[in-house]
Amino acid sequence: MNRFDYARAGSLAEALRDGAGDDARYLAGGTNLIDLMKENVERPLRIVDINRLDLHGATELDDGGLRLGALMTNAETAYHPQVEQRFPLLASAILAGASPQLRNAATNGGNLNQRTRCYYFYDTATPCNKRDPGTGCGAIGGVNRIHAILGASPSCIATHPSDMCIALAALGAQVQVTGPEGDRTIAFADYHRLPGDEPWRDNTLRAGELVTGIDLPPDDFTSHYTYLKLRDRLSYAFALVSVAVAMKLEDGRIADARIALGGVAHKPWRRVEAEDTIRNQAPSTQAFETAASALLAGAIGQGENDFKVALARKAVVRALGQAAAGTPQSQIDKRVA
Amino acid sequence: MGNQMKVGIGTAISRVDGREKVTGAARYAAEYVVPDMLYGVIVSSAIAKGSITAIDEDAARSVPGIVEILSHKNRPGEAWFDRSYKDELNIPGTPFKALHDSTILFSGQPVAVVLGKTFEAARYAASLVAITYQEEAHNIDFAVSLAEKFLPKKKRNTYHPPKTRGEPDKAFDAAALQLHEEYHLATEHHNPMEMHASTVEWHGDGRITVYDKTQGSQGVQAYIASGFGFSKKDVRVVNAYVGGGFGSGLRPQYQTQLAVLAAKKTKRSVRVVMTRQQMFTHAHRPECTYSIKLGAETTGMFTSIYGDATTSTSRFENNMEDIVTWGMMNYASPNAGGEYTVAPRDTYTSADMRAPGAATGMTLFEIAVDEMAYKAKVDPLEFRTINYSEIDAMNELPFTSKALREAYREGAKAFGWSRRTPEPRSMTDGRELVGWGVATGMWDAQFSKTSASAKLSANGHLEVACATSDIGTGTYTVMTQVAADTLGLSITQITAKLGDSDLPTAPVEGGSWGAASSGAAVQLACQAVGKKLFKAAKGLEGDPFGAANFDDVEFVDGHMKLKGSDVAGVPLTTIMRSSGENSIEAEETASSGISGMISMMKKARNTHSAVFVEVKVDEDLNVVRVTRVVNAVAAGRIINPKTARSQILGGVVMGIGMALHEETFADVKLGRWMNHDYAEYHVPANADIYDIEVLFVDEPDPEVTPLGVKGLGEIGIVGTAAAVANAIYHATGKRVRSLPITIDKLLELEK
Repeated sequence: MNRFDYARAGSLAEALRDGAGDDARYLAGGTNLIDLMKENVERPLRIVDINRLDLHGATELDDGGLRLGALMTNAETAYHPQVEQRFPLLASAILAGASPQLRNAATNGGNLNQRTRCYYFYDTATPCNKRDPGTGCGAIGGVNRIHAILGASPSCIATHPSDMCIALAALGAQVQVTGPEGDRTIAFADYHRLPGDEPWRDNTLRAGELVTGIDLPPDDFTSHYTYLKLRDRLSYAFALVSVAVAMKLEDGRIADARIALGGVAHKPWRRVEAEDTIRNQAPSTQAFETAASALLAGAIGQGENDFKVALARKAVVRALGQAAAGTPQSQIDKRVA
Repeated sequence: MGNQMKVGIGTAISRVDGREKVTGAARYAAEYVVPDMLYGVIVSSAIAKGSITAIDEDAARSVPGIVEILSHKNRPGEAWFDRSYKDELNIPGTPFKALHDSTILFSGQPVAVVLGKTFEAARYAASLVAITYQEEAHNIDFAVSLAEKFLPKKKRNTYHPPKTRGEPDKAFDAAALQLHEEYHLATEHHNPMEMHASTVEWHGDGRITVYDKTQGSQGVQAYIASGFGFSKKDVRVVNAYVGGGFGSGLRPQYQTQLAVLAAKKTKRSVRVVMTRQQMFTHAHRPECTYSIKLGAETTGMFTSIYGDATTSTSRFENNMEDIVTWGMMNYASPNAGGEYTVAPRDTYTSADMRAPGAATGMTLFEIAVDEMAYKAKVDPLEFRTINYSEIDAMNELPFTSKALREAYREGAKAFGWSRRTPEPRSMTDGRELVGWGVATGMWDAQFSKTSASAKLSANGHLEVACATSDIGTGTYTVMTQVAADTLGLSITQITAKLGDSDLPTAPVEGGSWGAASSGAAVQLACQAVGKKLFKAAKGLEGDPFGAANFDDVEFVDGHMKLKGSDVAGVPLTTIMRSSGENSIEAEETASSGISGMISMMKKARNTHSAVFVEVKVDEDLNVVRVTRVVNAVAAGRIINPKTARSQILGGVVMGIGMALHEETFADVKLGRWMNHDYAEYHVPANADIYDIEVLFVDEPDPEVTPLGVKGLGEIGIVGTAAAVANAIYHATGKRVRSLPITIDKLLELEK
């Protein structure tokens, strides 16, 4: 038997106490952790089940925003009336991912912390600096069709796999965490990190810290938004490239635009300078192309994924067009809007 | 009983085993629980080639509940000679013998099996077995392996290039229209839903029962007996339910070897189940490169057909496929020829996968045919009728039947082909380019000697039995319907038994011969029971059948009656009662017979299909949707239109996967398949499948097989991927000659 201790936390204090140490893992929906344990990629000595913690609902914030509990499931979130009405970009991105069964089990906190889908990370017979630091990166010079074109390092070219997080990046969400040193708030852009020379660190959580919630700012992106996901089949596949756009139009000009890319980097990819290029501009293909160029500046393929650079450029232009026109991508009708 | 629903041949009844399957009552190989069973977990090789220099088992053996760890160092004795490990497919070469010695032949090769009292203990301990290897240079890159391609020696079960007809080279050089292109199909892995599994029940008296995931129980029985030191009568193999095969269960896979070796070593019952990842370490469809040269007159009439194909195999066996003959058989051309070779690489041996050879060769050829139609500026469907051959053009034999022309016509009508505009990129729907493509499918109509028994009990219940398999295709239902038809019984009065080596002899289920062969055997057995009933009826009070001969009676609604008579006749239960017997039984064997053998030499026997596909492709992003498929199939007599339709639907879905999704990625440095799970090895999801219409065209053919059945397991996939590829060309003007057609390949053509 693969022996590990199992503790069910009745309170945050218990969770933090039991979750301390490198060999402990928090268990929520389990849709990623259990898979990784079966593959011997994760081998925790202690599992701290946090499902009983009071982090399930969504609550209104004083500033008009919405806090999503870390233990709300992805499905509860996508179909929550407040999310559907006020944050349709988030609902759309969640529904672009996984399958109904997985979304029913997977939680918001777990979605943030899911690991990469790199083939090498999942296969313990192969080298991987993220899984086994110092063994090298199998994907560099290997099978890298699904890998990063931005922000990669010589030690890791893995991508972050979430759809939900791409929308959260565009919406400028904040991650609420608690830990041994108390509560803190992390801006979404600072939550995930690039691999650098420490690819085993996916995010900036400190030892023993636990995500408690995700705050959505009150900004209104209900009229001009889209989540466009391109993948190797029409459903149930990770993004080759995905684009979340949250836009505001005033008097026919772009007053605000956020563009986040998925499937291209170790974290949701945003560049404020790219978004600035279209601020106060009228929507046009030319303006969108300029933004795409700025967002993708420096993008470089690893061989098999070279096509992602061109594909991402096209996807950004199309997604900006969808958002500006108020015709967001449907996640049911697979025709590209 | 008078208003009994019709259930016999030609009726669209639901599967008789459907309820068992959806309620979970149907047992699969890994679901049999036998007392005191050990759980075996396979340890797979991390390297592609070399040898094992050391195995450290200490940590694994110290896990509580571990009973034994089996490797090449301590496996029980097994047969010495390669021929003892030959299976029904009889692939030339040295069959793979698990745990035989320290040699590593392919990545993922089983190198040990850890046996524990619980699955959890065994799985954990398996992760602790530390193996040290001596690595050797290896190659799994197909392109590199082509340098070593060769034509294996001619033997039974090898495919060799067909005889050249006319002078294809000369005719090509002289042709007004010429096409010479290279086509390619990626490596695919079968991946049936059910993982390969074997549960060996050790009876302790020299006998074993093996619940096995296989397409042929008696093949596995013979294999275990000859390879592992059992007497055949002491080995019973059961495969009552099989969760898909697609060819991966034609040969005994290595989990069967491991489970039997482990049971012998421990003298206990053992279950071994592959993980999904391990499903990528054995059978797979060979990668293929196919160079096609076509010459035609300006009218589009072919003057020359020439193909040169190479498929991948392992270094220890030569798995060959019939790639280049399909186009030569299907199209009239005065000059035709081909070459064929295999290229060895350091993988497990490639294997038959749904429509082996045709799914690759016919599909790629049909893309070339489409290209030629554009060169000739002829509608692609018209082009195919211009070159239509009434006979098997390669072997110059007439067909027992060939209703392909009707399939073209009826398929085109259902699809609305006449509304197609010829130019690529000429049809649009909003921002999507619309493309309509067509392709031809072709497969063999085969028949294989098969036995079956029928037993009618005094209460009127009939049991029919045959050792064939139902790999999800509907064999239980077909056997039941044939029996119902022959003896005039209702479905509830019949039980069909199969998937057990104790039952009357049947070949492995494959090649689309199952329904034709087991159906014919069941019919013969039921007819024999009918004759015995007729004899017994002679003793009935009042002698109701008088001077009638057997040919004068028929079986309807549970009765035997005189043909043409308005009288209901005599209930079979009455005849049984008067006979005084508890049951009437018969066993019969259906074989081609002498007339069948002669017919086989003089006539070609094939199924055909015409596949029409609509795709919509986003003009900027190249996202492809297959929005409509019509597959018109000419396959002789259809026993059950409902299960038949299901077979074709499944084939079409698999064909869409071949066109757009399926590809196993090789890491050539590691010599390892990398996308080894359902998340990253893509088959179509529900969202990828829109409307699929299946038509069966009328094709009466009493000569092809005893029931006039041609079989449907493979034909649905053949040509489908070509129709998708051709539709994509019509939509976009982009010709992709390497399957699957992924978004990057379409983008590349924009440069």
